[in-house]
Amino acid sequence: MKKLMTISIAALALSLAGSALAADTIKLGVAGPHSGDLASYGIPTVRAAELAVADINAAGGVLGKQVELLVEDDVCKPEIATNTASKLVSDGAVVVLGHICSGATKAALGIYNDAKIIVMSPSATNPALTQSGDYPNFYRTIASDDLQAKLGAEFAVNTLGAKKIAVIHDKGDYGKGYAEFAKAFLEKMDNAEVVLFEGVTPGAVDYSAIVQKIKHSGADAVIYGGYHPEASKIVTQMKKKKMDTYFVSDDGVKDETFIKVAGEFAEGVYASGPMDVSNLPLFQKALKEHKDKFGEDPGAFFKEGYAATVALMNAIEKAGSTEYAAIEAKLRSEYVDTPVGKISFDEKGDAIGVGFSMYKVIDGKYVEQK
Amino acid sequence: MEYFFELFLGGLTRGSIYALIALGYTMVYGIIELINFAHGEIYMIGAFTALIVASLLTMAGMDGMAVLALSMVVAIIYAGAYGLTIEKIAYKPLRQAPRLSPLISAIGMSIFLQNYVLLAQTSDFLPFPSLVPEFSFMEPYEHIFSSSELMIVVVTAVSMLVLTYLIKFTKMGKAMRASAQDRTMAMLAGINVNRIISTTFIIGSTLAAVGGVLIASHIGQINFYIGFIAGIKAFTAAVLGGIGSIPGAVLGSLVLGWTESFATGYVSSDYEDVFAFTLLVLILIFRPAGILGKTKTQKV
Repeated sequence: MKKLMTISIAALALSLAGSALAADTIKLGVAGPHSGDLASYGIPTVRAAELAVADINAAGGVLGKQVELLVEDDVCKPEIATNTASKLVSDGAVVVLGHICSGATKAALGIYNDAKIIVMSPSATNPALTQSGDYPNFYRTIASDDLQAKLGAEFAVNTLGAKKIAVIHDKGDYGKGYAEFAKAFLEKMDNAEVVLFEGVTPGAVDYSAIVQKIKHSGADAVIYGGYHPEASKIVTQMKKKKMDTYFVSDDGVKDETFIKVAGEFAEGVYASGPMDVSNLPLFQKALKEHKDKFGEDPGAFFKEGYAATVALMNAIEKAGSTEYAAIEAKLRSEYVDTPVGKISFDEKGDAIGVGFSMYKVIDGKYVEQK
Repeated sequence: MEYFFELFLGGLTRGSIYALIALGYTMVYGIIELINFAHGEIYMIGAFTALIVASLLTMAGMDGMAVLALSMVVAIIYAGAYGLTIEKIAYKPLRQAPRLSPLISAIGMSIFLQNYVLLAQTSDFLPFPSLVPEFSFMEPYEHIFSSSELMIVVVTAVSMLVLTYLIKFTKMGKAMRASAQDRTMAMLAGINVNRIISTTFIIGSTLAAVGGVLIASHIGQINFYIGFIAGIKAFTAAVLGGIGSIPGAVLGSLVLGWTESFATGYVSSDYEDVFAFTLLVLILIFRPAGILGKTKTQKV
């Protein structure tokens, strides 16, 4: 009993020391796999945070204070991530950059939420993290797995003005996943209707039956989830049947081979793909900083990690305090320039302005649609 | 009603595609009771040959039906040569071997040819030009039934008639039928059975090449793997109709094409193959030899 007492007093003393220090610096927790076989996913984010924070500190810090990094390893394991989170909370992290893996992130979020700490991941793409509403303190600078489908659905309905939509997929993980998300989004919209939801067999000799079915369903637009070989066959047969139905698809179709194979029939097809950020000055700056300091190209999620650091620090600065509610309000209302583009966050925590763009085939090339 | 009619035509086209390939399977099986798994690859090689020839001719400034006709002729000759060579290399030395040996040899040949084309050409999909022009008289119906579909159906019908004539009314056809009935007896009667078998392979390959060219032109793309799935479906059709029977292969193909088309149209394309193969199972349960197949007693 006496021993326990000593430990708790020591812990108390430590945490007091922590809060005493917090007065001097803004503590940014960085959590992710920094050792083990998935370390290559976590290290680039640590480096990104170091580089971004060095810039911020050089410019005078946040709220007049220097930013300090608290780097903690979670090895991408949910059971360790909870310890990592407890440690960061007790060390006085104001906001947390991380975690990297969706599973570890989910496990850790509850602990941060109890402590009223905002968490921003550069890499956790699981749709439920933002959409389930179970993780109100979660944000991310990477597109959710279903964002492409959302883009496709909204583009078809809002931009192209389609009312009746046929959702077709190739029965594969990627294609069917995309199609199911697209269907769910369309069903939530009240000005659109899913008139057909079906899978086709990849590699089939001929797709005329499904094309007739699309025509018969009266769809104004087809949303297709899958890869380019089937897409080009379906598009070709649709065009040969003189249909003027819009064709909207995913990253699997946004491939040069699609245009090469479908030729003239590819004209006017829409496909979404990752936003091109290589021309952004901030991205080039971050890349150069990384090369100068580490002598190599950055790894996975570097630019997202950099963007998350910038976004978090910007929100704290704009909020003028480290209060949860104040930071939250600024994350949602302020747009900030980052290496992944000019971003803000929606009420669920997904970044607005990040992720995918819609491209249209014009004169044999994919042209980004603004 | 129009929808039904469209699906009917779609199924007819698809069935005709299967039929052109299935005829080769069934003819070879009829004569030497071998399932020539490399047959789908002949179809693929026919399409590739036509693509190469058509590209060259187009570059040389030709267009229209002339390109179609010329590339078709070259594809037929080339595929016929392949059929003959395959028979000589992979099957003839195994004529007296147990039945399983040529079957394995056929599978090996199929894999070899796929990989050969993969290495010699590319693994990517290649665009195939629409060789069949849009006929002006088809203009009002193009949205229901395109010119290339019409071409497929017509060519299949003509091939069927020519083939029937060949088998029923020529000396060679008579020899073929004799060889199919009893190879030893045919040999004793003075028929050069080896030549008949080679001829059968050439005819089957020719039809597959015709199919390859027309279908590639209809679909608009090819790669080294197209022969596999088309071959499996056509083989299914041949079994459905009664393997070894020529009208059976055509009927089986059409039934399969319609089943797939209507299943997609009225139920769901998710279950297209489920319906196709359920039908196969049902027919084999009630008519083990296929729709038009004859149950014959085992020759001793």
